[in-house]
Amino acid sequence: MKEKVENIIKEVTEKLDKATSLKEINDLKVLYLGKKGPISELSMYLKDLPNEEKKEFGKVLNDLKTELSIKFAKKIAYYTDLELQNKLQNEQIDVTLPEMKIQTGAPNILEKLVEEVEEVFMSMGYDVVDGPEIEEDKYNFELLNIPKGHPARDAQDTFYLEGEEILLRSQTSPVQIRTMLEGGGNTPIRMICPGKTYRRDADDATHSHQFMQIEGLLVDKNISLSDLKGTFDVIAKKLFGSDCETRFRPSYYQFTEPSVETDISCFACKGKGCSICKNTGWITVSGAGMVHPNVLRNCGYDPSVWSGFAFGFGAERLAMLKYGINDCRTFYQMDLREISTFDRKDVE
Amino acid sequence: MISLEWVSDYVDIKNEDLHELAIKITKAGVNIEQVLDNHISNLVIGKVITCMKHPNSDHLHICMVDIGDDVVKIVCGAPNVREDLKVIVALPGAVLPGNFEIKKGLIRGEESNGMLVALFELGMEEKTEENYAKGIHEVEDNILVGSDANLYLGTNDCLYELDVHKHRNNDCYYHIGFAYEIASILNKKVTLPEIEHREIDANVNDFITVTVETDRCPYYLAKCVKNVVIKESPDFIKKRLISAGMRPINNVVDISNYVMLEFGQPLHFFDRDTLGDKIVVRSAKNGEEIRTLDGVNRVLNSNDLVITDGETPVCIAGVMGGENTEVKEISKTILIESAIFDAVSIRNTAARLNLKSEASIRYGKGLSYEYTNMAIERACYLLEKYADAEIFCDVVKHDKVEKAKKIVTFKTEEVNKLLGITLTDEDVKIELERLDFPYEEKNKDFVVTIPTRRLDIDANVNDIAEEIGRLYGYHNLVSTLPKVPTKRGEYKGDVKIRKEISKRLRSLGLNECKTYTLTSPEMATLFHCAQQENLVLPNPMSVDKSVIRLSILPSLLAVYDYNKARNVKDIHLYEISKTYDKEYNEITKIAILMSGNYLVNEWQQTVVKVDFYLLKGIVVNLLHYLGFKNRISFVKEENDSLHPGISANILLDRQKVGMIGRIHPSLKKEDIFVCEISMKALYEASVKPIKFKEASKYPEIVKDIAFIVDNVVDSETIKNCIQNNGKRILSTVEVFDLYPNIQEGKKSIAYKLVFKDYMRTLQEEEVMEVFNHIASRVTTEFGAVLRDR
Repeated sequence: MKEKVENIIKEVTEKLDKATSLKEINDLKVLYLGKKGPISELSMYLKDLPNEEKKEFGKVLNDLKTELSIKFAKKIAYYTDLELQNKLQNEQIDVTLPEMKIQTGAPNILEKLVEEVEEVFMSMGYDVVDGPEIEEDKYNFELLNIPKGHPARDAQDTFYLEGEEILLRSQTSPVQIRTMLEGGGNTPIRMICPGKTYRRDADDATHSHQFMQIEGLLVDKNISLSDLKGTFDVIAKKLFGSDCETRFRPSYYQFTEPSVETDISCFACKGKGCSICKNTGWITVSGAGMVHPNVLRNCGYDPSVWSGFAFGFGAERLAMLKYGINDCRTFYQMDLREISTFDRKDVE
Repeated sequence: MISLEWVSDYVDIKNEDLHELAIKITKAGVNIEQVLDNHISNLVIGKVITCMKHPNSDHLHICMVDIGDDVVKIVCGAPNVREDLKVIVALPGAVLPGNFEIKKGLIRGEESNGMLVALFELGMEEKTEENYAKGIHEVEDNILVGSDANLYLGTNDCLYELDVHKHRNNDCYYHIGFAYEIASILNKKVTLPEIEHREIDANVNDFITVTVETDRCPYYLAKCVKNVVIKESPDFIKKRLISAGMRPINNVVDISNYVMLEFGQPLHFFDRDTLGDKIVVRSAKNGEEIRTLDGVNRVLNSNDLVITDGETPVCIAGVMGGENTEVKEISKTILIESAIFDAVSIRNTAARLNLKSEASIRYGKGLSYEYTNMAIERACYLLEKYADAEIFCDVVKHDKVEKAKKIVTFKTEEVNKLLGITLTDEDVKIELERLDFPYEEKNKDFVVTIPTRRLDIDANVNDIAEEIGRLYGYHNLVSTLPKVPTKRGEYKGDVKIRKEISKRLRSLGLNECKTYTLTSPEMATLFHCAQQENLVLPNPMSVDKSVIRLSILPSLLAVYDYNKARNVKDIHLYEISKTYDKEYNEITKIAILMSGNYLVNEWQQTVVKVDFYLLKGIVVNLLHYLGFKNRISFVKEENDSLHPGISANILLDRQKVGMIGRIHPSLKKEDIFVCEISMKALYEASVKPIKFKEASKYPEIVKDIAFIVDNVVDSETIKNCIQNNGKRILSTVEVFDLYPNIQEGKKSIAYKLVFKDYMRTLQEEEVMEVFNHIASRVTTEFGAVLRDR
């Protein structure tokens, strides 16, 4: 009996050593451990043995089974791995070949800039409001403290559509007026209104008959020029870097009083003076000021109770400065070779 | 242009560094664009005492030069240097144009303590070979040795070129006004010029009458002078006029300009002898003519103002005088006009006649009547002194001018609140005194009278805050943020959906465009929808920008052309913009243009070319994103600009919201696909909120069915028929195969039908029952034949 068992082990060991493929091993496994194999055969004798021998013989058979199973398992694992290795060896690709071009579209440069500005102001509670591009004189000029015949109208050479009453808006300020009128003189206002504007300018590198303004308005109680300065600091630092410094200079607009021009320190030379800042160290980026009491009054807000500030950026100018663009026609020409650069997130 | 030498007559700026002062003025709000200062320090007149050849050079000389308080040794290379010659000496420390600083040094072993200079080295002549050959400048013998060469050269003035905001034009573009600005910055007082003069017994009112027949001339003063001697102006007047950019002509003309540049009040001088004894100011008659000083005949209309002699116009008021009453060499008696005209009227006339002058610009800004008074007296003073004039006493006056004082009452607290600063009452007093604004204190209030010279200031606290603020210095403001409640900023109205659509289209591979709203009539007719008419500008700048567009697509085609010409092959564009029709109706539209390949990897032979169905896929993707799944359909429809066989309307809930198709081959030969959708319609359509739907737990049964049917029957129509007959168990229907022209005029079209039930496992028999029902419905309804597999 013992002999038989040892023979089987010997036989299996020899055959396994000779086997060279997973298939051969699996066949051997079926042959020896299968229903018709020698172990099944031996176990047939089991039922005829006396009880005391039964136990001993059973143990011998079990041990044999276990030993063979382990031998097969090891061998199978070895060859499985070997075959996988061979397979992988034959599945090498050239990872340097070109990829599938997954194209996403780029935002228009001006829109990208506007979106950045919107993000900053929305985080400070400003709503983004839109308004019509064909406007009435009353919203575009009159309620903004620019009566008919006022020289400020000459500077904004306007496209009139019907007499002097209907026009293509020359500024986005009418959206502020509309928002204030809706506010009814008793609601605080925080809004920006980026949008297209039109003036009779011949198109060249720095002029465009169509351009984008980003204007904003805050009306509340106890608002001061210093609050405007702090607000301007936030947006300047977001757009032009945390080391960007700001400066206010006195200026004049019909709808604000006091009025200021807002400068940022030159990001190119850090204030030392260069061609971008015309050697002044400063670059003018917007006009702003405290809302004129007449404008507040025109829109139903009592200037002795309410105060506010308004500001206006030229989107083209900001984008030209921020991205180093020299010609404002770039934004409207849409050369895809240039625009594709803008299909990515910018640094914070 | 402001001459600082001139300004120094009115305010003390002796000890000021004029470059520093320019910065201070700019900070306080009057922008000085440029400081033109050709003054060079350490530049003196010298005299060569001895002149010897340099031992180590064949052309250099060693000179001992007397510079008044010293004698210095200078090496000079000019051919004309010689003993006894008076020269201009640049001493160490002098900085010549080109930032060339003179230093002590050794020239070929010999000490040299300066440089003898030529005019081109001072930037006063061009550096030509000829000027170079002339050598150093030879100074006339009567010039004092040791004196400042700037005086000799006339380079002792300093000019400010101003770039002033419109509102300060009327007080900063004349020297006295500018002197007030400087005085407030430096906290000094202004001294006004001399105007006292003698007058003869004869009264001007007996000599001339003034009648004003228009309300557009609120103030008119006239004086007369006689026995005027016309000659050259004194040097100081000529030099100052030149500095300010005006050409000296003769003493009388120069004095009128001089006074204008002093007080900002333009004057007009008439030859009294040719004028007669009458002045009538009135509106011009339509078609009335006048020959102006420049020799041009001008035709006037009733919007213009004229000065007449009672009959004939002698001057276009505020704009230009007439030739008939011009002051000439032989003139003896002169009438001086100092007046205020309606600013808008003058601006309009000057613009219409294209006659913008120093005078018309100033009338057009508005004037202070106090200066109108002073200017006429000042002119008399100067005419007496420099033109030997005798002045009639008194003045002829028409006076309807508004003289009400502008008075502001405010508390310090109000100014502080507006600026966000903390001034005391004492501080405010100091600022008001610097501004030279008369004020009183009543209880806790300041009561300030705005001087008439400051026409730009209105009677409200904001204007006062601005004046105080700019002197306080905006650079001194401390940044704060508004103390307002925290809230989230929102996109209002349709802005949000616009942003969402934009982001979706970008992620689908389309580039965002921004093009011009104004377009040409030709472009405006493309992609035209019936019933809509374009809005045409009444006064366009040019024909190519004369129409407000109704469709964005022509602009996208132009962008396509631009890129195509630059060899860009795959062009995928979109734009969202407002469009307007003739009735000003606003519709925001989404336009898409696609051409070329959408997906490419050439070496793998993967190329997905743009075609109708790709663009349709983009549109459907967008509309599904917006929540319109199962509410969209495409219906064939022709548009003049689209290929008649490859174009359709896009419907949402059976209403047209846009169109899609291939550009008509007569417009563009290339395969270009476009669509345009009304964003307004998408914004206004209601959408249900997202609800979770569990996937079916039971297996689905898939059946294919193919029909042979007439080519003209739409796949969608058959699909609808299948769906309508699918009972409740038909879940989806998709076309999976198409053979056009499988028989004459017929196509084979195959659909994949998916049956499922959310509650139970379907039985083959019940599916077949529905399937057969569908087959029979489609065959009878469309004359279709089931295709054998």
